[in-house]
Amino acid sequence: MRLFANANYDFLGQRRWAYGLSIAFSLLGIIVLLIRGVNYSVEFTGGTLVQVQTTKPADVGALRDALQARGIPNAEIQTFGSDREVAVRARVAREGSDANDTQATGDAVGEALDATLGAGNYQILRTEAVGPKVGGELRQQAVFAILMSFLAVLAYLAYRFEWRFGVAAVVATAHDIIAAVAFIGFLRLEVSLFVVAGLLTIVGYSLNDTIVIFDRIRENLHKRKREGFESILNRSINETLPRTFFTGTTALGSLIALSVLGGDVVRPFALLMLFGVVVGTFSSIYIASPVLLAIETRWPGPDARGHLGPKTTTTAPPSRKPQPVG
Amino acid sequence: MSIRNRILFILALVALSVFYLVPRNVTVRERDLQTGVMRDRTEKRVPLKLGLDLQGGMHLALELDQTRQVSADPAHDLDLALTVLRKRIDEFGVSEPVIQKVGNERIVVELPGIDDPARAKGIVQRSAFLEFRITDETTALEKAIPGMDRVLRQMGIRGEKAAPGRPSAVEQLLGGDTAGKPAAGDSAKKPAPAALDTAAKRDTAATDTAGAANGAAGVLAGLIQPTQGGTPGEYMVPETAFPRADSLLSIPNVARLLPRGVTLRWAATPTSVGVESYRFLYALEDKPIITGSNLEDAQAQIDPLTNGPIVTFQLDRAGGRKFGDETGRHVGDFMAILLDGRVQGRPPVIQSRISRNGQITLTGRTLQEAQDLALTLKAGALPIPLRIVEERQVGPSLGNDAIRSGILSGIIGTVFVILIMVLYYRVAGALAIAALTLYVLFTLGGLSMLDATLTLPGLAGLVLSIGIAVDANVLIFERIREELAAGKTVRLAVDEGFKHAMSAIIDSNVTTVLTALFLFQFGTGPVKGFAVTLILGTAASMVTAIFVTRTLFLIWLDRKPTMATLSI
Repeated sequence: MRLFANANYDFLGQRRWAYGLSIAFSLLGIIVLLIRGVNYSVEFTGGTLVQVQTTKPADVGALRDALQARGIPNAEIQTFGSDREVAVRARVAREGSDANDTQATGDAVGEALDATLGAGNYQILRTEAVGPKVGGELRQQAVFAILMSFLAVLAYLAYRFEWRFGVAAVVATAHDIIAAVAFIGFLRLEVSLFVVAGLLTIVGYSLNDTIVIFDRIRENLHKRKREGFESILNRSINETLPRTFFTGTTALGSLIALSVLGGDVVRPFALLMLFGVVVGTFSSIYIASPVLLAIETRWPGPDARGHLGPKTTTTAPPSRKPQPVG
Repeated sequence: MSIRNRILFILALVALSVFYLVPRNVTVRERDLQTGVMRDRTEKRVPLKLGLDLQGGMHLALELDQTRQVSADPAHDLDLALTVLRKRIDEFGVSEPVIQKVGNERIVVELPGIDDPARAKGIVQRSAFLEFRITDETTALEKAIPGMDRVLRQMGIRGEKAAPGRPSAVEQLLGGDTAGKPAAGDSAKKPAPAALDTAAKRDTAATDTAGAANGAAGVLAGLIQPTQGGTPGEYMVPETAFPRADSLLSIPNVARLLPRGVTLRWAATPTSVGVESYRFLYALEDKPIITGSNLEDAQAQIDPLTNGPIVTFQLDRAGGRKFGDETGRHVGDFMAILLDGRVQGRPPVIQSRISRNGQITLTGRTLQEAQDLALTLKAGALPIPLRIVEERQVGPSLGNDAIRSGILSGIIGTVFVILIMVLYYRVAGALAIAALTLYVLFTLGGLSMLDATLTLPGLAGLVLSIGIAVDANVLIFERIREELAAGKTVRLAVDEGFKHAMSAIIDSNVTTVLTALFLFQFGTGPVKGFAVTLILGTAASMVTAIFVTRTLFLIWLDRKPTMATLSI
């Protein structure tokens, strides 16, 4: 059995549709995000999270009132499943305030729980309390980590391939991050450290996928000196299609298992990665290669075949049977 | 490399992984910062420790709290605090705690499986600075109060300025005063009841012009009064007025008026006098006669007389000598026992010379609190108070759920991968699965070698990397299929397939490792665990795909040299 053997789709020809889809999705997601705001976890904002399991269903309204009475007006209360599991998120009111405020916030949440549920009627599943200073540091570190990894990848690809490959790969990866952020906006996922780890894993996966195709492009450019650039791109994508499909399927399989069975803590990560694998695959085909073509057209490379090559081969007719690679 | 050498190499890797995955004892040598002596510590090395999110427990990040006490040498104090914490937690009896310095200003404490987080926090945070001081016998505070009140008046703070809810404190004082206890001894500085009355009423009667009466009723004079019972330097303040009195007394210009050599300290707990609750305030000699650094041992006990908890302690030889000399000189005086700047119980009178043994009476506390105090005293005081900047706690049940779902999704994911590999690539797929088994073994062994802790993100990373680790095999197999389709012989196709897939595998894996390195560098705790798993997973997948799968192929071809078609 061999799927997508001798595939010959005109991927580059469809690039305008792909651009449109990407831009529409990302814009919509970012607008949603701007309107609703980013749902940062307490790790990033500083604050307290207390998740408890109760013996009887919790009265969320009463809990909210009790929290308000203790000076926590804007706490988020989330119930899971049967209302027997309650998570309270209280952010520290003033940014840059002292860490002791975090402790005071935590104590107040504890008192409110005692008052509404009765001490001993609930069991603490997990708590998190992070000072605003630590939270701010984390946010900076996350952004810094992504930017630094971009630079490193740019340098590595410039060394192993050529600068235009590096730029195309980074553009495609940046696209994936924007699309993933839009996805976070649509699903209102909580941005925790774990989700940031997910974003970086998407960076890794997407680059991985892009580089496999670029590797084939590099090889075909050497082997087929007479063929047009666009044709080479299409050929390389088609040749690597079985691998792209198979690897994508196995990754999706593990991630579906993780998101269905992984539990509440892992689920946001698994969902994000699920989207990341899809968008990473999409972008290596429909963003990375077209951008490479655009760069090649604008700034022709050493052999500049996009312009100087035979006109007939620049647009490979989809019906033509590709030659087996020798 | 011959097939034989290849197999030997793989076996060596397997043996190394297994070696690291078997529990054993290791000896850690470290320097005791307080004594400066190197000491060996033997601990059981557990392969693949589970993180707190998987087994439940508490994670604390602590910093020196320099808002409460400025440190002259923060780096040294942090190291000292680390040693003290290590001792305390050893005594507390947590299995496999993590106590380590992160960066130059933070200590991370991880306590797996604890069930009383508030108690653990108390033990970690308590400074446990013990000192003994003689109470002041010169009535320095009483002499200073009129001057203090004058300063406060100049600052615009008067007795009547108490918040609307507060006058009750003054009234309570009056009530308590007139109800039971006739003024004994020095009552000259006590405010005339009439004056106080006026002061209390000024809130409602703003037109009152009895300026002279106000002058007599200074705010501190109205709040602080000596206790009865003959303990010199002992004063009392209504519990409700305690925070206000404390903040007034700590205004620099007010505190300055106390004579040199005298300091003020509050009692640790309120005391009931009659029906009202009071907080005792002590004027003490500035220089402690001895501190907790001379402490050798401490135990919690129940006092047979009062049935209340006490902590008895023994001083070391040098401390005992010093303590004996001092108490010998102060027979008949009162000695306050202070813990973290608060006076514990009422100062007892020194009956005779005390040398090495003493006790601290804890009124209104439980035996467990006494035990915790004994523990922290024994481990020594923190040089600077610590404050908690980050706290995470996971209940054990949530951790168990996480493991179960992690393992379940891992199994399902793996079965899925095996199934489609074998269905799609047949015998070659089966070889890849064999290589993947080794991949899992290598990754786990590598994690154990690095002493990594398996966290929830780490587990997710492992499950995910199984899916991605297949990629290298897929790249190779697809390439072999292409070579076969191009009409090459089986042997040549396999060789060429491995050769040509190499550049893609290396380039894509290097970039993955690059991004994971940045995750590791900038991530904290759980994310670091994820990055480590990812880096190790990628490295192990390269070894298995390039080397192990290749070897398996070579063995396969070797056994059937005349094979015309490849089951791939």
